Amino acid sequence: MEFTLALRACGIASGAENLGKGWAMAIETPGGDQGITKSPTGITGLDQVTGGGLPAGRITLLVGGPGCGKTLLAMEFLVRGVTDYGEPGVFIAFEETEQELRENVATLGFDLDHLIEEGGMHIDHVSIDRSEFEETGEFDLEGLFIRLGYAIDKVSARRVAIDTIETLFAGLPNEAIVRSEIRRLFRWLRDRGVTCVVTGERGSTTITRYGLEEYVSDCVIALDHRVTEQVSTRRMRIVKYRGTGHGTNEYPFIIGGRGISVLPITSMKLEHEALTERVSTGVGQLDTMLGGEGYFRGSTVLVSGTAGTGKTSLAAAFVNAACARAERALFFAFEESPAQLLRNMLSIGIDLQQWVDSGQLRVIANRPQTYGIETHLVDMHREIDDFQPRVIAIDPATSFTSLGDFFQVTAMVSRLIDYFKSKGITALFTNLTPGAAAVETTEAGVSSLMDTWVLTAVEESNGERKRKISIVKSRGMEHSNRIHDFLMSERGILISERAPSGEETR
Amino acid sequence: MSDDDGIESVEEFEAVVSEVGAGEGMYVLRLYMAGLTPNSRRALENIKEICEKYLAGRYELEVIDIYQEPVLSRGEQIIAAPTLVKQLPPPLRKFIGDLSDTERVLVGLDLKAR
Repeated sequence: MEFTLALRACGIASGAENLGKGWAMAIETPGGDQGITKSPTGITGLDQVTGGGLPAGRITLLVGGPGCGKTLLAMEFLVRGVTDYGEPGVFIAFEETEQELRENVATLGFDLDHLIEEGGMHIDHVSIDRSEFEETGEFDLEGLFIRLGYAIDKVSARRVAIDTIETLFAGLPNEAIVRSEIRRLFRWLRDRGVTCVVTGERGSTTITRYGLEEYVSDCVIALDHRVTEQVSTRRMRIVKYRGTGHGTNEYPFIIGGRGISVLPITSMKLEHEALTERVSTGVGQLDTMLGGEGYFRGSTVLVSGTAGTGKTSLAAAFVNAACARAERALFFAFEESPAQLLRNMLSIGIDLQQWVDSGQLRVIANRPQTYGIETHLVDMHREIDDFQPRVIAIDPATSFTSLGDFFQVTAMVSRLIDYFKSKGITALFTNLTPGAAAVETTEAGVSSLMDTWVLTAVEESNGERKRKISIVKSRGMEHSNRIHDFLMSERGILISERAPSGEETR
Repeated sequence: MSDDDGIESVEEFEAVVSEVGAGEGMYVLRLYMAGLTPNSRRALENIKEICEKYLAGRYELEVIDIYQEPVLSRGEQIIAAPTLVKQLPPPLRKFIGDLSDTERVLVGLDLKAR
């Protein structure tokens, strides 16, 4: 093993670098890793949950039922190895031909042809047809070893994926020989010092159908594809990872247009920086209510209230102010189309169109039901990484309750908040309170996660519906404790400077 | 080379046959071995014996060391060693192992009824 470790020592540096990507603040660093060198996968999120990647120079078993993404994960590990870490790879395909593989992974944006031409990758399709074979005595699988060795030497491979080796059991007549040869193959791969991913079908009583886990003792990752309430979610769990700590939860992952993304749920730590800079709410009097200066930069704001109390308008005012400061803003609309939003906001004197035209504002409208909660989350992450906004509005965050149970939605919102904070993004969530519920209930139960909570309401008196606004809480600043009147007109949003009772605001 | 390297057409079949220079009953065999392991050595001895006994004068046996010819073994989809491939007469058949099970070899070579 010393030999392997020495060889792989160069992998440490790139592994550490990779930890800084994407989920920068999100790393759960499992301690005591001195014994193991890790090979970063380059797959979003996977390096976080594994604490830096797969065991370098060893074998990782990837287990799952049909259609759970084993082949794609194995392929992405190789592709990222070539493109991100300069490690050539060999893919041994027992099930798909080279052509099928190329086509299948093209959807993830991987151009295998290019990689193969450049000499970074070699794909070998091994076809085994049992009906062709006649067993006539003792044999070994030296032919397979030679092919693999030839492929590894051809591209100087550092990474190998074998998908799926269990085909040998079905294809060859003598199970005892196959078993001992697979054991020998794994030992041989370790001796060659390549980092290897082997896929296997999930078994009903054992982890894999043919008990491959007996031979792979380094790392086992299980993939799963479940459908709950018509929404499908892929999940990943690290069953075992010898010699290192690792995340033990089930992590949702998606297969998107740019590969696989794993979402670490619990790896977030509460250690974001607290910024003292303030940003305007976009409504002068609301700034006054918040100690005269508005929200903290990088804080999270909740605007909740029943229908028609002006939540979206407050979100628009906030976004408008950010754009006026020459910042970029992202508006996620889950109830209105962009055109509808722009028209409605123009009616209260907020011209968002100019910011869309100048490229400072991007409005992303989606029906929440379009896809599952994890997909939304990953999508939002991608938009944010792409656009790099300073300010985000999500209108309304409550839409997600139609997609999952209370726990899931809360988990999602808390993940989003952590992500925003890690990037210093000021975020405003609106939250619809159902008419019958207590005004201070938020559907997703997220109010405790928020730094500032603005409550809007409608009061019926003297044959008139009057809008009211108040600050329920605002961490770290002095704020008004009064209920203020709140008016919306073509001139914009107006909040009474004095409390209706005539007392001074604080 | 196609996956099974089978004979695809009549023309191809005839071309191969005429190349071999014999008519019906001609056997074209290829033995893929992994160097000189005990299994490979036994397979070579066994097939030579079978050929001399049953196919004297009407066989062609080519021995290929897969260590020397990795590309060829890829094309033929050779994974086990030793592997004997019966290329002619059709159908194409692969025998894996040291060929010590003479009965099976003879049946597979259509030299003995099943």
